[in-house]
Order: sequence, then structure tokens, then C-alpha cells
Amino acid sequence: MRSSGLWLMAPAFVLLAGTASGNDELIKLSKDPNQWVIPSGDYANTRYSTLNQITKDNVKNLRPLWTFSTGVLRGHEGGPLVIGDVMYLSTPFPNNVFALDLNNNGRILWKYEPKQDPTVIPVMCCDTVNRGVAYADGKIFLHQADTTLVALDAKTGKELWSVKNGDPKKGETGTSAPLVVKDKVLVGISGGEFGVQAHVTAYNTKDGSRAWRAYSEGPDDQILFDANTTELGKPVGKDSSIKTWQGDQWKIGGGGTWGWISYDPQLNLIYYGSGNPSTWNPVQRPGDNKWSMTIFARNPDTGIAKWAYQMTPHDQWDYDGVNEMILVDVNVKGQPTKALVHFDRNGWLFYVPTNHVCMDYEPFKVSYTAGQPYVGATLSMYPPKGENNLGNFIAWDPSTGKIVWSNSEPFSVWSGALATAGDVVFYGTLEGYLKAVDMQTGKELYKFKTPSGIIGNVNTFTHGGKQYVAVLSGVGGWAGIGMAAGLTQVANAEDWHKAVSGTHQPTAAEKAIDTAGLGAVGAYKALANYTQLGGVLTVFGLSE
Amino acid sequence: MKMGARIVFAGAALFLGTGFALAAESEQAAQKPYTVEDGKVDKKTFNGWRRYTESCLRCHGPDGAGSSYGPDLVESVKHMTQDQFNEIVVNGRTNVSAATTSVMPPFGDVEDVVTYLDDIWAYLKARADGVLGRGRPPRIGD
Repeated sequence: MRSSGLWLMAPAFVLLAGTASGNDELIKLSKDPNQWVIPSGDYANTRYSTLNQITKDNVKNLRPLWTFSTGVLRGHEGGPLVIGDVMYLSTPFPNNVFALDLNNNGRILWKYEPKQDPTVIPVMCCDTVNRGVAYADGKIFLHQADTTLVALDAKTGKELWSVKNGDPKKGETGTSAPLVVKDKVLVGISGGEFGVQAHVTAYNTKDGSRAWRAYSEGPDDQILFDANTTELGKPVGKDSSIKTWQGDQWKIGGGGTWGWISYDPQLNLIYYGSGNPSTWNPVQRPGDNKWSMTIFARNPDTGIAKWAYQMTPHDQWDYDGVNEMILVDVNVKGQPTKALVHFDRNGWLFYVPTNHVCMDYEPFKVSYTAGQPYVGATLSMYPPKGENNLGNFIAWDPSTGKIVWSNSEPFSVWSGALATAGDVVFYGTLEGYLKAVDMQTGKELYKFKTPSGIIGNVNTFTHGGKQYVAVLSGVGGWAGIGMAAGLTQVANAEDWHKAVSGTHQPTAAEKAIDTAGLGAVGAYKALANYTQLGGVLTVFGLSE
Repeated sequence: MKMGARIVFAGAALFLGTGFALAAESEQAAQKPYTVEDGKVDKKTFNGWRRYTESCLRCHGPDGAGSSYGPDLVESVKHMTQDQFNEIVVNGRTNVSAATTSVMPPFGDVEDVVTYLDDIWAYLKARADGVLGRGRPPRIGD
């Protein structure tokens, strides 16, 4: 449950601080639970809705009410926006955008079909996903695979302006949802597996002119750090990034920014995380590799970093730090405190979809070629010994740091979670189930198998006074690559460990293989036995 | 260009080879490009797994087993010669239509792939012939 924070209750501050029309309108709209105006639901990235027409008592009567095929196969991440009577959604490559009329059963009001060079497809590391469009000022913003950022008229779909944000020839691609803050639209870049020098860029929503760009690594004038930028309260000093890289390696340093950005209008700060440094082989990039794997807090008008915190210096595990920065108000020793909560890969209750998978990771030396993968490590993923499930959906209490309940799932849970004031939490599974569970106990209250695995985000909105829940289905993303054929068996992992551990003598516990467990695990469970490619939007509601 | 590249690299492999047994070796290699003893592989095949992981896994999944959109190579390789395999890897393959956006890039200019084409083929052939399972292949001498 999320209590209203100081910043929500201070519209006076907002009116004084704001300058452009997009500012107030968007903040106001983002507080309306009947609409879904920001890709992550709200600026604080809580994915919590105060709608309570659907409750834990009546959700068993939920059913799919209408569906829409996107016409595209491949991984469907993200989810639709709902603004007034219109739903907007984007597809995986070729990144078509649809405006659907909620007054007429999802009739297509307009369709925007970008023309993109298909040679960008193989430069997208982990499927041709797109995490959704953004809205402000009567415009829809689309971040395309080829890194074009385009502004469309929300009423007609007509292109208003278009700008190229990156270069796929260098391995840069676009997958993330943009975020509009005041009069600027912010967008990150993908390519951490291709040795890009990642960045977040702000363009003026009016005409697409560039306002600022902040790189994840590089000299201070590129990462937009100044004398006041701190880490854990202490100024980071000059050249904080380049002194943690060898030679010019920061130029191919990674730190992808393909995740979610949150914004606090009262503090006037945006927050986001950077991903893994390039290559995956840590030996090839000695140093802390700042500022990969870092949480940044920046001024949205200038891009200058107020503070940064590197979660994983000199990453050796590809622990991308791009999951959303959730902004909440917590009581710390009785004092209300603005806090940022981040579930990295290394209150209230937080609902967290998880992987329950072990991974071995072995680096080797690779060369860099612009536009080619710069990975340098092998991976083997396998289920934990003696366990049957590859995923869990958990409820985590931040005040105690304990898991309150945990629902095991046959496969990793790759979707987003949506919690509502009706005491229901929604999520999607890789086999394609949309599930509703009791917020307090995790008890499963409803489920429906949609046409394909769910890797996107569930949202909720109202139309004509009735509450709906919507989710995209379409398996893909890393789940479609790493798990489609099933994971390796525990026995292989044992051999690997023996081979690489050299003179290390395994302990008795390490030696023990639960061979009975191997059969029980069904260790070779293949996602492809449960679902195939798809591309469908399903909208659920209570039956009449 | 591509044929020239292949000949050059094959030549390089011969230079690095062990001398007199070359003719017999390359004939045998054409039959079985890999060596698998007791489920353990030679350096070449192991290297093929590594290079596969670097450049091919992101579309074709771990161990050549396929992804939601990249074909299962363990199966594909059963139905093609090494020449056909090399041609596709070097030149790429594009299949873009209303129904699909399948683009395999050309790897002809990618050092980490063309230098080790034979090794990658050896690894996938061992998998396709059913003599090598999934996961990191144990190495002869481990």
C-alpha cells in the first residue's frame, strides 16, 4: 500500500517550478488512476493503481473481454497507454504504433508504420522488443529499434518531428520507452553487449532539438558530472569515470540505459540505472568501470548529475542495473523520508517477479569490432539442485527485508507486476498465464492462459466507469533465447565446476548430486513445450 | 571475396597443423570435424562452443538448441554441408515479410567468427551427431 507522499500533495510547488505546458498536464494526468499516461504507470514507477473496482473478492469473475492482434511476432515487452478514450501501443520491430478507440471495441483510429532498415534486427542483443510509447502535449513519442525518436500527433498519427538518437552501425539500438519530463522527452540507448558508450538524451518535445546528453562513462563533460556530484554524500571529484578504465576502454564501455526512468517533481530529479560494462569478460576491462551498474540522480533540465551510486563495481556477472527506481516515502526512525528502492539483479510490500535459476559464467578474450557483439563470456543456466521451479513471484517487506510470501512458477517470471487498491496483484507468466493473486497472502484468485508467453507489463484503467486490466502477450526477449530450448542439467554444471576449479577440492556438500532430484526437476524443461511466438493484447474485465 | 576468405583461412589452419599427416587428417576431418572421447572434446570443438556462445547464442540459443525466433542449429546442421553452413554464416540470410522479420547478419567480416568457422562447425556437428550433449563440453585432459 502506498501512502501519498509529500510530493504528490504539493501542487503549489509544482506550479511554481514548472515552466512548460507539458509539465503540469502530465503530472496531473499521471495522478488519474483511470488513465495510464506514463509507460510505467506514474513518475515514481510504483506500478500501483488506486483503482479498486476489481477486488480480491470479485476478481474470480474476471474474464477476457476483447483482444487485439498486433500483427507482429517476437517479444512483446512494455504495455499500452490509455489516455481518455484512446489506447496507444507499440509493437516489436518494425515498431508499428496503433491508436485504438475504446469507444468502439478497439477499432483502429490510426496506425503508424515506421520504415526501418531490417539490418538493425541482428544488432539487437536480446530480441526486437519495444517497451512502449510515451505521451505529452498531444504528442505520442516512439523510440524505434534503429534509435530514431519520433513525435506523432496523438489524434492523427501524423509525424511531427523525428531525430536519430544513435547509430546501429556502432551497435546502438532502441528498445526502451521514452519518458517526458516537463518540456523534454528523455530516452536511453541499448547496446551493452556491443561495446557502445551508452547515454541518456533529452530532446525538446516542441521540435526534437537536443537539450542534453549524459553518457554512462567518459570524461566529466560527457557524463555531465560537476564539482557538486556526490556518491554516498561525498563529492566524486574530477575524472571519476575515466580513471576507473584502462586507456580508451571507456569509449566502448557499455553501461546501457535501456530500462526505466523515474522522476520526482518536488526534488526536480530524474533517476535511472545503467547496465553492465562491456565486455562481459572482466579481465579485459580492469578497474571499477564507473559509471556502469550505477543509479544516477540527474537534473532533468540540464542533465547534470546530483549524485550517483555504483551498485556493482567491476561487474563480473552482467548484473544490468536498469530495473526501475521506485520512489516511495518511508518512515525512517519515525521521520518521513523520501526513498528510492531498486531491485537489482545482485513498507509496504514490494511485489517482485524473479528468476530462480543458477548461472555459471566463464569469460574469455574477444576483440572489438564496431557493430558486433562484444561479449567475451560463456553462460550456462540451470535450475537449482533439487528444485522444480525456475521462477518465483514474491512479496517482499522492505522494513524487515523479508519475503512475506512466494509463489513458485515453473518458469522465470519475466513480466511486470501491477498492484491495486483492490488488494489484488497481477502478473504474467512465460507460459502465457495472466494471474491475479491476493496481495496479502499470494493466494491465486484468477488465471487465464493468453495466446503466448507474457514478458510485458500489466496495466489497468477505466472506461465508461468500468475497470479493465490489459496485458500484451508475445514470448521473446531473453526468455525466448535462453530458455526456449530448456536449461542445461545440473550434472553438466557439476562437470564444469570440477573442470574450472583447478586445485580447489570440492566439499562433501558440493560433491553430492541429488540424482533423484534430476528426474524430479525435469531439468530439461523447455519453454518451447509450453508456448510459441505470438502478438496479442488481451483486455480483461469483470463479467457483467 | 568469401571464397577467397575461406581458402585463406583453411590455408592458415594447415600451416598451424602438425605437418606430414595433413592429407589424411583433412580427409578424416571432412568425415568428422570433431574429436569426442568419452563425452570429452578436443580443443577445436571446445573453442567452437565458446565462439558459438559469443556470436551465435543471442539468436540461436544456448548450445545451438534454438530460441523463440532463431532456428535450432542442431537440427539445421543435419541437413546441410559445411560449405552451405559457411555460406550462410559468412553472407547472412534475410527473410523479411508481413509474417516474419528474420535477419541473420553476415559474419564475413567478423574476426571472432570467420577465424573459427571450422571450430564452430565442429561443435555443432558433434551436437547434431548426438555425441555431445548440452552445456559446457568437458575437455579431453580435464
